[in-house]
Amino acid sequence: MTANVGIVIVSHSAEVARGTADMVRQMVGDEVPLAFCGGDPGGGLGTNVESIMSAIDQAWSDKGVAILVDLGGAETNSEMAIEMQPPERQGRIVVCNAPIVEGAVMAATEASGGAALDDVKRTAEELYPG
Amino acid sequence: MSTPNASGNVLLTHAVGLHARPSVKLTKLAKTFGASIDIAPGPDGPWIDAKSIVRVMGAKVPQGAYLHFRAVGQDAAAAVAALIGLVERDFDDTPADAASG
Repeated sequence: MTANVGIVIVSHSAEVARGTADMVRQMVGDEVPLAFCGGDPGGGLGTNVESIMSAIDQAWSDKGVAILVDLGGAETNSEMAIEMQPPERQGRIVVCNAPIVEGAVMAATEASGGAALDDVKRTAEELYPG
Repeated sequence: MSTPNASGNVLLTHAVGLHARPSVKLTKLAKTFGASIDIAPGPDGPWIDAKSIVRVMGAKVPQGAYLHFRAVGQDAAAAVAALIGLVERDFDDTPADAASG
């Protein structure tokens, strides 16, 4: 099993998603499972449940997965993707209420030390409380 | 027998101070030790948990400050030595990293 919580980045923009993932990789490193998705197949803006489910699979860890989202549909589609997961994964995937870029770096830093999913989520949300 | 403890300080020479990347490196290194570790921008505090990325980054310790460390736990001395070493090596940054913060 992977020792660290995984991070999934879900943006409406493929470039924001990729750039956020780049920041996590360069600032934090490779020890955290990481996946990202964003944009629609035609190159426009959007999010979809299938891509999010695929990203969850890529970043899956037995310690769980923390999802960072940008706006509206990214959050609701992430919640739908979580609902469609098999029962054994339910409760081990959370959406963080945090800004996508900063939250991803904070969450990954916490996750890199082997922290539990609750601690990873709390750290992401601690940056801008409320 | 009392729990080992250690302390030390080091001049923060990094060009942008304790900003994003240095904070991540310091926090990650601190997390590799079992000891509880605090850092402060001066000898009188305020002391913050070196393993909390949000607090370390939020402290915004500037270049030229002396970064103070204190640790309690079996590996306290090793933890303080390692963290001081990281700061002394300028967080292992490349010059390009240092310029962009």
